[in-house]
Amino acid sequence: MQRRSLLVGTGAAFASGITDVFAQNPLAATNPGLSDGTRAEAVMDSLPGKSPLIKLSYRPPNYESPVSAFTTPLTQREDFFVRYHLSQIPDRAALADWSLTIGGDAAGKTIKLSLADLKALPQQEIAAVCQCSGNRRGLSSPHVAGVQWGVGAMGCALWRGPRLRDVLALAGIQPQAVEIAFHGTDHGVLEATPQFAKSIPIPRAMDDNTLIALAMNDEEMPVWNGFPARLVVPGWTGTYWMKHISNLDIRTQKLDNFWMKAAYRVPTGMFPGSDFPTQDNATNRPITDILINSLATSHDDNATVRSSGFTLSGMAWDNGSGIARVDVWLSSGETWSVAMIGIEESRFAFRPWSIQLAASPGPFTVRIRATANSGTVQPEKPIFNPDGYHHNAIQTLRLTAI
Amino acid sequence: MRALLFLPFLLLPLLSAQAEEPTITLRPGPALATISTHCSGCHSLDYVQMNAPFLSADGWKAEVAKMRAAFGAQFDDEDAAAITAYLASNYGAS
Repeated sequence: MQRRSLLVGTGAAFASGITDVFAQNPLAATNPGLSDGTRAEAVMDSLPGKSPLIKLSYRPPNYESPVSAFTTPLTQREDFFVRYHLSQIPDRAALADWSLTIGGDAAGKTIKLSLADLKALPQQEIAAVCQCSGNRRGLSSPHVAGVQWGVGAMGCALWRGPRLRDVLALAGIQPQAVEIAFHGTDHGVLEATPQFAKSIPIPRAMDDNTLIALAMNDEEMPVWNGFPARLVVPGWTGTYWMKHISNLDIRTQKLDNFWMKAAYRVPTGMFPGSDFPTQDNATNRPITDILINSLATSHDDNATVRSSGFTLSGMAWDNGSGIARVDVWLSSGETWSVAMIGIEESRFAFRPWSIQLAASPGPFTVRIRATANSGTVQPEKPIFNPDGYHHNAIQTLRLTAI
Repeated sequence: MRALLFLPFLLLPLLSAQAEEPTITLRPGPALATISTHCSGCHSLDYVQMNAPFLSADGWKAEVAKMRAAFGAQFDDEDAAAITAYLASNYGAS
């Protein structure tokens, strides 16, 4: 049934060779469990300046990377996923007179910085995973509303720019500050549509690794990923990584908007994650840290391998505690084996892993389980929550040895 | 034969290479004009099918309510009810 709906969705009408067609759709091939509607809407499409990505919605653009983008520790700029809440996105010309305003009721003064001002500050560089809070939402069981992401709403890049704390210091932070709030230049169509705005607690804003990134993989930030400047909050999910960031608001009160008090929240006590004292409550709390996770990038689900031996490889990542180990379970042996782990660009980056395997001819399954230095381990099953965040369950691949 | 099988995937990016949004046609229904007026101005209608067919009538009602409360959509209760009924019957869980 799933294959039939895929054929409808892609416009393919070949009665034969269904398996070949199925294997060529990057979303379907790696994401068993997506809804039929999602399969029908997901097509390969190119935004200007981007490689073909998996389109989930045209406007605002929500495009995920195919798994092939994650075979290298750093994800290419052209392959990096695109996620917007609102559809009015400035183009490069409109951003020519971009500036960053810093103020707020806990700021020493209000200042406005140009791109040149930011470039003149000391520059810091860090490789870090940017992962959408809702990555893999489309695999939630039961399905929940929202962009139905497969596994590709993430990427790892080298980010460079001034530290947020150095930028804030230019305006001055008064002792009663509790949050830094921010928004970018993208907005909705209607005047009545509030801008997408978020906040982080002061300790996170002061962190060594929190940057206003001006460069991505040693080149200019692509427009679709936040040109000319985006917030980079290593270890925390993408919702805080504000693109086209234009305003920093140093606040004595919490930001009390839809994006903080209604969206991007998880049930309290369900997941590990940094405290966010001004926004946490007994019922739910903001999503914060990325959870331990992994992804096979060498093989799609339903792939064929050589029984004489094959290499399974992929990436593992977490919130910056770092990857302690990756284990792979082979159904034919019913055992877990330790994979080799490679060098990561930073503790916040993708960590490559690989393992040599062999299997008797016929179908079998492999499962991949990463363990973080913090001691957290990928769970057997995704932990259901109402908005479909934090899907980090152990991946199962169905393979056939020939 | 193999090359032919791959053809649809080669053509798709070319059809929309300039991020021009293809026309997305929803299933016929009395609320389509209302949806055209109040929904498609702010977002492409692929959001509807992407979120199908798993939302209950209450699930679609919550989404429509969110468009008004959180995103400032300018339709009244009557239109909201019509849009919700259309979505639930055409794109809701069976």
